[in-house]
Amino acid sequence: MFDKYLIVDGTLRNLGPATAPTGFAFDAKLGYYRGLGLSMIEDLTISIDGVAVPRTAVRFDEGPGPLTLDEMETAYDRRWAFGATATIGVEYPGGFPSGRHQLSLTERLRVSYLPFPSINSDSKTLEVRK
Amino acid sequence: MTKSTIKRGVSLYSFQEEMFLGRMGIEDCVAFASSIGAKGIEILPEQNMPTFPRIDDAQIDWWRNLMAKHGTELTCYDMFLDTKLRKDRLMTDEEQVESIRRDLTLCNRLGIRNMRMLVFIRPDILAKCVPYAEELDVHMGVEVHAPWHLEHAWILRTIEEADRLGTKHLGILPDMGIFVKHYPPVYRARFERQGARPEVTQFIVDQHEQKVMAEYTIYEVAVKMRGNKAEVAMAETLRHSPYANPKRIREYIPYFRHIQAKFYEMNADCTDPSIAYDEVIGALARGGWDGYLSSEYEGNRWIQDVQEVDSREQVRRQHVMFDRLITGGESI
Repeated sequence: MFDKYLIVDGTLRNLGPATAPTGFAFDAKLGYYRGLGLSMIEDLTISIDGVAVPRTAVRFDEGPGPLTLDEMETAYDRRWAFGATATIGVEYPGGFPSGRHQLSLTERLRVSYLPFPSINSDSKTLEVRK
Repeated sequence: MTKSTIKRGVSLYSFQEEMFLGRMGIEDCVAFASSIGAKGIEILPEQNMPTFPRIDDAQIDWWRNLMAKHGTELTCYDMFLDTKLRKDRLMTDEEQVESIRRDLTLCNRLGIRNMRMLVFIRPDILAKCVPYAEELDVHMGVEVHAPWHLEHAWILRTIEEADRLGTKHLGILPDMGIFVKHYPPVYRARFERQGARPEVTQFIVDQHEQKVMAEYTIYEVAVKMRGNKAEVAMAETLRHSPYANPKRIREYIPYFRHIQAKFYEMNADCTDPSIAYDEVIGALARGGWDGYLSSEYEGNRWIQDVQEVDSREQVRRQHVMFDRLITGGESI
């Protein structure tokens, strides 16, 4: 649901010193028609050109401060609101590869009334603006 | 033409595309609904209130003032229940009841008297919430949503529970997606974009038109026709596209006060290509039902991959149809 809107256009940027980036970040939305508590975001898989980065390299922040995906599992008092952007940070030495590359995001959500997880994916070919 | 007192409303669910993209705010949706004579507003607090579940009195006042400003009223509160909040275990029964009481309290603070209950909630959990719903005068209506239907045994358990308790505060809330008379063209078109062959999609549509039971068609497509992924997925939607008997809804009128008027697409001439609204509204009118038909546009997810979504135009067309079927077209 809302798949093609998950990665927000124009938000990809590198993190850390410009000469030696430590990773990259982008803004994302939740692929669901309502907000959801962070403990029910089971996984956020980020891939570059089809190669997934390690789960431990991913940080999520809807505002109050970044969490690892493991920390999100017990963040019972935080929510990702409907239509709201959150920052997804990725530890990736050197930053996002130069030039245009395919960035993919898959959100796996634990939706209580569904018998299976809700899986939503977006892929966009992007580059970090100089 | 039977004159009727059925009322017209809109669920904010209908504008999810524009709201998600930041192109419409809550007030834009309410103002638009009011402008087409849809005076009842159904809300999803978990969609429409970014700070949910922490809602202060100033926010409550904002909603009440918004309704007054546009001459509308809040008709229904769509609740959710996160039984899978934790990874390691399901919510206990006590936690489920507590979560529902939280929603009943907020519903009451907003002055709303109908709550849409998710269909998967157990009838015995609902029964435990009845005393509080009675105290607050909120009707808990279990959403009768495809693939469930009015006479599905799971739905009948809620009816039996309401009868056993002798309560007017537990019942059902029909979603019109149970009356899919013709296969939705927007479904077919999207599966064709995903690689379904036209001869196979035509077969699936023909099977639905004849009301062949879904499992036969799924087997035909998946095994005998060696259907590709999109074709099998399309065949599987038949499980979720039932055509329940519209005549039967009248018998259930004592158990519901609100209807979610699901639709996937309206034709330019303001007719619905799929859902049998003419038959359903006729049955409701003959039964003297006077609740809200609350638009629930769900077509965005079927077309957003290829075109701009115009939820306002879709809702407007549905309300022209409602007005024609309810009053003979006197209001719009």
